[in-house]
Amino acid sequence: MLSEYSLGDLGAIFAMQAFAGLILFSVYLLMALGLAIIFGQMNVINMAHGEFMILGAYATYLCSHIFQTYAPGLYGGYFFVAMVFAFLLSGGLGLLVEWLLIRHLYTRPLDTLLATWGLSLILQQSFRSIFGAREVGVELPGWMMGSLPLGGAVEVQINGLFVMALTLFITGMVALLLFRSRWGLHVRAVLSNRVMADAAGINTQRVDRLTFGLGCGIAGIAGAAFTMIGSTGPTAGQLYIVDTFLVVVFGGAQSLLGTVFSALSISQSQSVMEFFMSGSMAKVITLLFVIGLLMLRPQGLFVLKIRR
Amino acid sequence: MYEALTNDRKLELIGIAAIALLIVVALPLSLDIFRLNLIGKYLTYAFVAVGLVLCWGHTGILSLGQGVFFGLGGYCIAMYLKLEASTPEATSIQSTPGIPDFMDWNQLTALPFFWVPFKSLPLALTAVILVPTLIAFILGYALFKRRVGGVYFAIITQALAAVLTILIIGRQDFTGGINGITDLRTLMGWDIRTDSAKYILYFVCCFLLLGSMLLARQVVSSKLGRILIAVRDKEERVRFSGYDPAHFKIFVFCLASAIAAVGGAMFTLQVGFMSPSFIGIVPSIEMVILCAVGGRHSLIGAVAGALLVNWGKTLFSESFPELWLFAMGGLFIGVVLAFPRGLAGLFTDQLLPLFQRRLAVKQADPTTVPAE
Repeated sequence: MLSEYSLGDLGAIFAMQAFAGLILFSVYLLMALGLAIIFGQMNVINMAHGEFMILGAYATYLCSHIFQTYAPGLYGGYFFVAMVFAFLLSGGLGLLVEWLLIRHLYTRPLDTLLATWGLSLILQQSFRSIFGAREVGVELPGWMMGSLPLGGAVEVQINGLFVMALTLFITGMVALLLFRSRWGLHVRAVLSNRVMADAAGINTQRVDRLTFGLGCGIAGIAGAAFTMIGSTGPTAGQLYIVDTFLVVVFGGAQSLLGTVFSALSISQSQSVMEFFMSGSMAKVITLLFVIGLLMLRPQGLFVLKIRR
Repeated sequence: MYEALTNDRKLELIGIAAIALLIVVALPLSLDIFRLNLIGKYLTYAFVAVGLVLCWGHTGILSLGQGVFFGLGGYCIAMYLKLEASTPEATSIQSTPGIPDFMDWNQLTALPFFWVPFKSLPLALTAVILVPTLIAFILGYALFKRRVGGVYFAIITQALAAVLTILIIGRQDFTGGINGITDLRTLMGWDIRTDSAKYILYFVCCFLLLGSMLLARQVVSSKLGRILIAVRDKEERVRFSGYDPAHFKIFVFCLASAIAAVGGAMFTLQVGFMSPSFIGIVPSIEMVILCAVGGRHSLIGAVAGALLVNWGKTLFSESFPELWLFAMGGLFIGVVLAFPRGLAGLFTDQLLPLFQRRLAVKQADPTTVPAE
């Protein structure tokens, strides 16, 4: 089937698909970051992570609405306010959920899966009751519309580029926090040996709560970024949750680099294959490939050496 | 301890008898055929729940992909029924008579090779059990032998549920797509849509379910069952004792899948169609919830959970559709937080001791009276 295209066409196709894949990569990575630190540190599977993302998306939608009505002149900058708002909202809810629900279940990781699934149902229905079942979209500020020509037939959308830049920024911030801050030190200590960390005077409960809140907050930012490239519905979060889990598991749950790498490989293979076959078959092949690789390497691509 | 154990076993038999009385005698006498058919549908989920009691409650393997096996069982029988409904005479208006209508709509001119075996009922019935068991075996062998378990296994089975749904929806020329396989009419010339057929299918479903429960009980109460519980509680220790836990896990996972598949086949027969909406991620998790609500360690609890939750779902979604998700979500959280052992746990931990205390007081009474 490749013979139908000339070499130049193929190059352009690959470049365009790769770019589309990079946008998908951004969404995967932003979602997987939060999930990976929560899963890696506490072994908690947060099935409601997609809903935390959608909460961020709705927060952004609200912000854009407020700016449109009360300060249309400042509309160009609304996204940055919305992002902070989304982070605080999702993160705040995350802290609350940890306190009410998750902390009682640390010894039963499989049960957190069921409880957070219940939470996701409740959140979904709340979104539907508040914002309606229809998908909502935000209007992009003027400077984010349009696309940049990149030579030949290749063009990239500015909103896509922006989302990518944002993703890189957030990933950098998380890396910085993990490896350069006091909290990061505590997280890494708890991760490598919870009991010893506790004995050394680290308040592991507090570290857990902060980590959960931060992970959910990042999901909120992911939601804010998500509004830049698509519209938001009450059940949109569920579409991404399985893929994101595979990203986390495939990358090796405790490794930041692994998460980045697996998000990249999954999104790229999905997006490039999508051009040559139907989207659903591309997804099936990608998922089966990941499952197959996980059978060969159960601990994921990047394994952190941990003493248990 | 041993005394308590045999008591539990006796209690379990009484429980199974009570369930049998309820579904075989009480419900058919008190409900019309429409409601009874609904109960029959709920009972097909009870098959899955019984399988989950074995592999989750007793062996500690949480599978979030039981819908896959349920669906495969259902699809196997649906394919047979569809072929029987698509005789050349009945489909003479199609451009290729004799193949299912959705294939004709998708410009297929011949029956795909994997549909051919489903022309024969014995082969189709074999496939109901064999196909899901085989897939469970491959997955179990590949994962348990590599010592993948717990959370990882749950996520991989969930991904499998996603894969199968996407595959079925994507290849609608082979599978009927999102609509599923519909318009099923007869089983070897016997019309399954009549009221009398629905009664017969309901009772067949009941007896198969009771059979599965007895089989599961046999497994649980045998020596094998003890090893399964040991695998759940201390896998390493079982390994050091000279057993290979992987073999036991593979066995119980295959058994759970086969039981789920029988449920799926009964679902297709009673409901009259099969579609991907019953096998995806959401239905698969709901099946786990049925089991959790009823009590993941108890066969009777699982069946009761399947009946109650589905009944509640029908009731709620008939009268307050928007409240259903709140109720369901609250139920999940409540059960996990407050009653991790489910309804069955509530019964054995709370109600039973209460009864026994009452009973003990009554029995003690005559001895205390003369002493006064």
